[in-house]
Amino acid sequence: MAKTLADQHIQTKRRRSRPVARRRLPWGAWALTLNAVVAYTFLYAPIIILVLFSFNAAKFGAEWQGFTTQWYSDLFADRRLQAAAITSVQIAGVSTVIATVIGTLAALALEKQGWGGRRAFDSGLYLPVIIPDIVMAVSLLGFFTLAFRGLQTWLGLNIQMGLLTVIIAHVAFNISFVTVVVRTSLANFDRRLEEAAADLGATPWQTFWRIKLPLIAPGIIGGALLAFTLSLDDFVVTFFARGPGLNTMTTEVYGRIKKFISPEINAISTLMLLASSSLVLASLWMQRRQTSS
Amino acid sequence: MLSARTEHRRAWWQASPAMIWLGLFFLAPLVLIVLYSFQSRASDGTVAWTWTLENYAKLLRDGSFWRTLWLSTWIALVVTLITLLISYPLAYFMATRPKRWRSALLFAVMLPFWTNFLVRIYAWKVLLGNNGVINQVLAGVGLEPIAIINSQWAVLLALVYGELPYMILPLYAALERFDWTQMEAAHDLGAGRVQAFTRIMLPQTLAGITAGAILVFVPTVGTFAVSDILGGTDGFMIGNLLDLHFRSTPNWPYGAAISMLFMLLLLGAIALYLKATREETDGENPG
Repeated sequence: MAKTLADQHIQTKRRRSRPVARRRLPWGAWALTLNAVVAYTFLYAPIIILVLFSFNAAKFGAEWQGFTTQWYSDLFADRRLQAAAITSVQIAGVSTVIATVIGTLAALALEKQGWGGRRAFDSGLYLPVIIPDIVMAVSLLGFFTLAFRGLQTWLGLNIQMGLLTVIIAHVAFNISFVTVVVRTSLANFDRRLEEAAADLGATPWQTFWRIKLPLIAPGIIGGALLAFTLSLDDFVVTFFARGPGLNTMTTEVYGRIKKFISPEINAISTLMLLASSSLVLASLWMQRRQTSS
Repeated sequence: MLSARTEHRRAWWQASPAMIWLGLFFLAPLVLIVLYSFQSRASDGTVAWTWTLENYAKLLRDGSFWRTLWLSTWIALVVTLITLLISYPLAYFMATRPKRWRSALLFAVMLPFWTNFLVRIYAWKVLLGNNGVINQVLAGVGLEPIAIINSQWAVLLALVYGELPYMILPLYAALERFDWTQMEAAHDLGAGRVQAFTRIMLPQTLAGITAGAILVFVPTVGTFAVSDILGGTDGFMIGNLLDLHFRSTPNWPYGAAISMLFMLLLLGAIALYLKATREETDGENPG
């Protein structure tokens, strides 16, 4: 009886306290809402304007001169750009697969306690996240140049920087990100399930493939999607590690926007926006299906 | 159960691909940069293998380097502060909405962040250009045009825009976990709004602020593309200086010395900052 009274008291108090707080400082709630509206407008206005201007008939300047889809048809005829897009997807695909395998293994290693070198490995893994990408980019340029000169003089091998060096570099910065994501999903994994499987006579190999891997799979997929996005998005490391002649979507776009504004770039931007948001929506949809089933 | 030795052997085996890859393609290049910074310049701008301290001596006397470093630091600090001032109330707003609204609001923050970052920079070029959208609008209502393209202000604005989600996400994560009944408890115990905020909420969300500040500060201070596209000579930052010495007019040893000093200062600043915020939290919640 006493407990119910106390509960009731707390409940009425709660019900009362909210409106009181709101009445005391009405401008606080207004300011919060206003800040949110301004922030979301700030986030979206530039992108909406890009999309609108991709349909603007004006070749130069920001004046509206009527609706057109000309810039999109120009894009579909642009072989150079298509080649760059294919290169980007190839690099992202290969580097994501390699980084996901290596990064997941690293997360599994970090899950185990008490082995020598764990601490150093743990902190070392975060360095690529903390070091500015421009420093990583110039150091890779210096490294590959020296390594290929060495191979040339000592082994007579003639290797140039290109697709391979960009993939290697992307794997190097993506491993850490995959490990971070997989680790959070390993932290939620109930290790008693492993013990239970072992007690029931499963080998460690069976336990891993049948119990652990399926349960941490959402984390691995999440890490892989992050790696894929980061690889597609990367400009600086690609720019320095690509060598002469190779162009990805980002280096190609960079070359064009550095010089001028062109409506064709607006159209590229709109398509890139469509591609990345549908990728994100697809991954969200997959996650939701996974949690509901 | 597996013995500890088997466990440890397996851990080494699982860690080794990452160790090898990062050792070869991340650590070795960094070590190489350290070595480069103590060499003299070859005629083609790369490295002649003769040891020297000249690069560092020159760096200390190089006024333009220190000005560039100062500009980068200043821009990164201001960008971090502005994103914090926008993001904290925004994350507060998001975290206090009904549950079904929160994921939609979060998704709305993430969506622009998944566009390519060059596209986001380009959007600002379209907006801020001398004949850009903003100036067309200003001319339309009879106002003076603004000329901030190719200046540090354009860089600052585009950086705030580009880095905003990196600040919002950790702050939202911290505020979503926050136990709001504690604020009521503080009010019941006689704390004012300001006091309840500084004594209860701020210390408990400090980890989120720290994460956000590092996530925003590091890429901002080392930015290359934003200042290259929008900054002109007025917005010339450390990233552009490195680009200059490694690509445009190569002087690799000197560029290597710049990256070394820049990286040491940055890691030192992060370590100090982490130490300070950790002491702050330890002081608030002993034990």
